[in-house]
Amino acid sequence: MNIQGENKSRNNLIGLLPLWIVMGVFMIGPLIVMAFVSIMESNSYGGIHLKFDLSGYRQILFDTNLFDEMEFNPAYLIIIGRSFLLAVAATIISLIIGFPVAYYISRQKDSVKNILIFLVTIPFWTNLLIRTFAWIIILGKDGVIENSFGFIGIIGDDDSLNLMYTNTAILIGLVYSYIPLMVLPIYSSMEKLDVRLIEAASDLYSTRINLIFKIILPLTLPGIIGGSILVFVPCLGAFIAPDLLGGGKKLLLGSLIQFQFAYARNWPFGAAIAMVLLALIVTILYLNARINRRHEQNA
Amino acid sequence: MLNLMFKRKKFSKVWDFPGFLTWTFFFFGFLYIPIVILVIYSFNSSKFAMIWTGFSFRWYEKLLTNDDMQQAALNSLYVAFVAAPCATAIATLTALVVVRGGSFKSKEFSNGLVTLPLMVPEIVTAVATLIFFAFIGINLGLINVMIAHTVFCIPFAYMPIKASLEAMDPTLEVAARDLYSDRNSTFRYITLPLLMPGILSGFMLAFVISIDDFIITLMVAGGGSTTLPVYIYSMIKMGVTPEVNAISTLMLAFSIILVTGYWVFSKKS
Amino acid sequence: MKISKTNAIEVQNVTKIYGSGESSVKALDNANLIIYDNEFFTLLGPSGCGKTTLLRLIAGFEDITNGRINLFNEELISLPPNKRPVNTVFQQYALFPHLNVFENVAFGLRRLDKNNDFVIKRSNEVLELVQMQDYALRRPNQLSGGQQQRIALARALAPEPKVLLLDEPLSALDLKLRQAMRVELKTLQKETGITFVFVTHDQEEALTMSDRIAVINQGSIQQIGNPEEIYEKPSNQFVANFIGEANLILGKCEKTGINGICKLQTGHKISINIPDKFNKDDNLTIFIRPERIKINKSKGSSLSQIQEFTYLGNAAHIELLSNGVSVNATLPIDKVKNFKKGDKIEIEFPKSFAQIINT
Repeated sequence: MNIQGENKSRNNLIGLLPLWIVMGVFMIGPLIVMAFVSIMESNSYGGIHLKFDLSGYRQILFDTNLFDEMEFNPAYLIIIGRSFLLAVAATIISLIIGFPVAYYISRQKDSVKNILIFLVTIPFWTNLLIRTFAWIIILGKDGVIENSFGFIGIIGDDDSLNLMYTNTAILIGLVYSYIPLMVLPIYSSMEKLDVRLIEAASDLYSTRINLIFKIILPLTLPGIIGGSILVFVPCLGAFIAPDLLGGGKKLLLGSLIQFQFAYARNWPFGAAIAMVLLALIVTILYLNARINRRHEQNA
Repeated sequence: MLNLMFKRKKFSKVWDFPGFLTWTFFFFGFLYIPIVILVIYSFNSSKFAMIWTGFSFRWYEKLLTNDDMQQAALNSLYVAFVAAPCATAIATLTALVVVRGGSFKSKEFSNGLVTLPLMVPEIVTAVATLIFFAFIGINLGLINVMIAHTVFCIPFAYMPIKASLEAMDPTLEVAARDLYSDRNSTFRYITLPLLMPGILSGFMLAFVISIDDFIITLMVAGGGSTTLPVYIYSMIKMGVTPEVNAISTLMLAFSIILVTGYWVFSKKS
Repeated sequence: MKISKTNAIEVQNVTKIYGSGESSVKALDNANLIIYDNEFFTLLGPSGCGKTTLLRLIAGFEDITNGRINLFNEELISLPPNKRPVNTVFQQYALFPHLNVFENVAFGLRRLDKNNDFVIKRSNEVLELVQMQDYALRRPNQLSGGQQQRIALARALAPEPKVLLLDEPLSALDLKLRQAMRVELKTLQKETGITFVFVTHDQEEALTMSDRIAVINQGSIQQIGNPEEIYEKPSNQFVANFIGEANLILGKCEKTGINGICKLQTGHKISINIPDKFNKDDNLTIFIRPERIKINKSKGSSLSQIQEFTYLGNAAHIELLSNGVSVNATLPIDKVKNFKKGDKIEIEFPKSFAQIINT
C-alpha cells in the first residue's frame, strides 16, 4: 500500500532510530573502541596509555626475551589452532550425531514431530553454564562415571580416569552445548524434502546408502551448511566449556580473551585476540554468504 | 483367525532407515541425562557433591538462608524485567519498518544490524562492552548490565516478531484503511492485536535469554551487581558444592516451566 | 431497470507507474472512463493488465502517478482510503481473523463513530441481506469459502458506500458456488442500487453479470461497451480473442462501400461493409465467431478440409484447413452428424456476422 501523501520514509526513520541509536552506541561503539584499544599501549593496572603501539598484536606471535629481543612464541598460535580444530571437530561430530536425528524427526507424524522438536529446543532455553556444569558431575573426579566404574570394579577406589581438563572433555561440552543448533536447521530443510523424491529414487533401484548420499544429503545441503555455521561460530569463541571442563590448562580463544581482562589485565593484548577471533568469524560468515549467493544463482 | 498366528513381516516404507530410531533415542539420552543427573544430585544428602548418600532437601533449605544468592536472583529479575521490554519494543518498531515499510535504502543494513549480536561471538561482545563502559566512564552497576542485555536480546525478540508480521496478510491492514480506519486506529485495532502473539514470543525469548545470560554479565557486571548465573559460576569456581546443584535445578525448572507453559499455551490458541 | 446517467466515477487521463528508473513498470497508461450511478461495471482483462491497479487507485491503496479520479464530481485522489466513501470486497476476503463475524461487519461503522444502537441495527440488517444472520458470533476461520465471501460483502456494504469495489471476489470459490454467487451478486446490486465496480479475468463472468464492461490490456483500455457490443463488435483483435473464440482471417480489399468485396486468403470472396477510408488492394483482417460459420457438404472441388473433429456433447468443434489457412467452426451437433475428419466441405461466412477488425 502506497497512499497518496503519506510520508513513509519519515515514519520509517522514526521507527528505525531507536535501533540505530542503541546498536550504534552500545554494539558498534564498543567494537570500535575495542579495535582502538587493541592498537594502544598497555597499562599494567588494566586499561591503556593513549599511545599507538602494535605490541598487542605482536604478542600473539612473539615474546620479548631477557635480552629485549623478539623471539617467536608459538603458545598463542597453538591456542588459536586448537580452538579451530576443536570447533571443527565439534561441528563434524554434531553433524554426524544430528543428521540422522533430524531425518528421523522429520519423518514422524505432526504431533510427534512437534513434541520432539520442542524437546530439542528446550536445552537452548536453559542455562548453558548449568548444563555444562552437569558434565563436571559426570566426568569429574569421583563423578558419576568414575563412581560407576569403581562400583563394578574396573578402576580402584583411589584411581582416577582423569576425564576432566582434557580436550575430550571440552569437545563433549562443545557438542553438548550447541548440537540443537545443528539439528534444527537440518530438520527444517528435511521438512521441505519431498518424500516422493525418495520413493522415486528407490523405485529407480537406489540402495538405502545411495538414498542418503545421492538424494537426501545433497537436497538438505543448505540446512547442513546452516547448522554447521551455527555450531562452528559459537564453538570457536566458546568460553564456558573450556573454562569449566578444560580448567585453566586447556585455554581456547574464548577463555584466553576472558583471562586477559579478568586476570592478566593486558587490555590491548586481549583486545587484539578478540579482533583476531572477530576476523576469523567475519571471514567464515563472508565465505558462507558467497556460497549461498552462488547457490541461489544456480537455483 | 489362524493367519493372526503368523506374524506378518512389518512393511517398512522406503524412507524409514533402520537404526535411526535407536540413534535418536540415544541422542535424547545424551541431551537429557546430564540434566536429570544434576537434578537427582541436588537431592543428595551428602556434603560432597558427587557421592550419593541419601535423599534430602537440605540444600534447598540452605538456599533459603543464602542472602547473597537471593540478591543475585533478584538482580537477574530486575535486569530481565528492564532489558526484555526494552529489547521487545525496539525489535517491534524495527520489524514494523522492515516488513511494512516498503523498500528503502537502509533496509538490508537495518536487518543486518539487528542480528549483529548473533554474529559477533558473545565473548567479544562481552569484552568490547566492558572496555566501552570503562573507556567512557559509565559505571552505573546494574544499569550497565541492563543496557548490555537490551542490546544482546534485541535479535532474539526480533525474530519471532518479524516472522509473525511476515505471516500476517497485509491486505488486512488495507481492508481496515478501506473501512474508515486512519493509520493509528488500523495499528490499534488490526496490526497490534494480530501481532500480539509474536510480540509475546519475542518478549519471552528476550526474557529467558536475559535471565540465562552469563558471559556478558560476567564481564560487564561490577562487584555489587552480580546476577544469578554469575553467582552460580563463582560457586562452581570455589569448588563444587551440592548447593550449586540445588540452585541450578531451580533455575532449570524455572526456564523449562516457562517455556513449556508458553509452548502449550501457543499450541492451544 | 433503467440506468440513470449520473456519473459515479470519472477516470481522467490516469497513469500509474510502479517503481522508478529502469525497473519501473507502467501499470496504467492514460486511462479514461466513466462509470454511471447504479451500474454494474466490470473491468475485464488478463492478469497483470492493470485492472486491479485501477481498482486500487479508486479505493486509494496506491498513489496516482498522473491524472484524476472523480467520485460524484468530487476530486478523490487527495483523500486517503479511510476518507473515501467507497468500500472494497477483497479477492481473499481479508476478514479480520481476531474478530467475530458481527464485529467484522460492524468494523467500518464503528470507525465512523456511529452510535452503538445504529451499528447493531445496521450490521444485523446487512447480515440478513446476505443471509448470514445466524453466524454473527462465529470466527471467520469457522466459515466456508462461500460464507466468508458473504461476510466480506456484508462488511463492505454495511457503511453504505457510494460505490462498491469488488476485486475478483469469486475467483477463490469452486465452479458451482461461483455460478450461484454470480446471480446473487447481480441481484444484490439491483436491490441495493449501489454502483458495483467488478474486476475479473473471467470473460464469462463479465458477460453474464455486467451492465457495461471495460476490456483492459497492458495498461490501456481497449473497449468499453455492454456485453453484447463487446462480444459481437470487438473493437480490435485483442478484444476479439480475449472474449470467446475468434477467427481472424487476412484478406485483400477488392471493392469498398456498403456492399464491399473482400478476397480472403482462404480463397473465398465475401461481401462485407468496407468503409471508404480503405482503398482497393488494402490488406484487411476479417473477424468472425466460430459459431457463425456455416458448413455444407462439398459439391465438386472444394477448398476446405476437416483437420480435426472434436465432439463436445451438444456441439462439435471443427478445425478446418482452407487454402492453407486454418479456420475454426463450432456447430450444433445435429448439423454435423454426417461429417468426419478428412471430409472435404464448403464453408460460408454470413455477411451480417463478418466484419473488419483493427489490429
